[in-house]
Amino acid sequence: MSEISTNAYVLVSAILFTIGVIGVMTRRNAIIMFMSVELMLNSANLALIAFSRAKASTDGQIITFFVIAVAAAEVAVGLALLVSIFRAKRTTNVDDVSTLKG
Amino acid sequence: METVIFITTAIVAVGAALGMVLSSNAVHSALFLILNFCAVAVMYLLLRAPFMAAVQVTVYAGAIMVLFLFVIMLLGAEKADLGSEPIGWQKPVGVLLGAVLLAEGIYVAYKGIKLVDAPITAALGIGQPTTLSAVLFSKYLLPFEVISILLLVAIVGTVVLTRRTVKLKEAE
Repeated sequence: MSEISTNAYVLVSAILFTIGVIGVMTRRNAIIMFMSVELMLNSANLALIAFSRAKASTDGQIITFFVIAVAAAEVAVGLALLVSIFRAKRTTNVDDVSTLKG
Repeated sequence: METVIFITTAIVAVGAALGMVLSSNAVHSALFLILNFCAVAVMYLLLRAPFMAAVQVTVYAGAIMVLFLFVIMLLGAEKADLGSEPIGWQKPVGVLLGAVLLAEGIYVAYKGIKLVDAPITAALGIGQPTTLSAVLFSKYLLPFEVISILLLVAIVGTVVLTRRTVKLKEAE
């Protein structure tokens, strides 16, 4: 049985991370920017689990577990912020909420 | 066989990620992202991490993305960023910087890390739920408890942020 090398997984992880970065930099819809952040967290998880297999250690998988828990908390708070911004400004476009005044 | 599955999954994952960034409808983006999470879960299975694959599908593709879809449909924000482009050079510069980052990532993936992979027999046992939970509740017990406090703070924060303050002023 042939094993895929860790480098190949890290390559896929780098590609996914880059797509997430481009998504954050080019899209102006706050929800899609959020989803791009999730994509970046996900690609980091993939690299962590690949390293975990390469070192035959559980630590990478445990850290991935924590990353998923933090991502869940982050999404809950972020989407609550979006909902309250939408109530005040009727938009989710980040260019329309560039003022600090509420 | 494993190579074929890996390449197929990688193509699906990258394609779904591109679809997520490029599609103009936010609901389509969310569905593409779910496809991406499922493809990455298949990669976790290839990496002998079945528990993390299950967590990925249930927590990420299940709970988090349902929350996303719920908010998109609640706000009706499917097409929020169409037609607004205050800074014209933003997109080309973003793609250019992304390409530079990708070049760095490819360089690191092939030249920067020199890993000697452990034998696969050693990696087989570490993804099991019993092994993971034994480590989680001994070596990582403190971070685990901190995560529970973090989730509590997130719940309280969400409730405070989305509460309407009008009734509070009337009560005063």
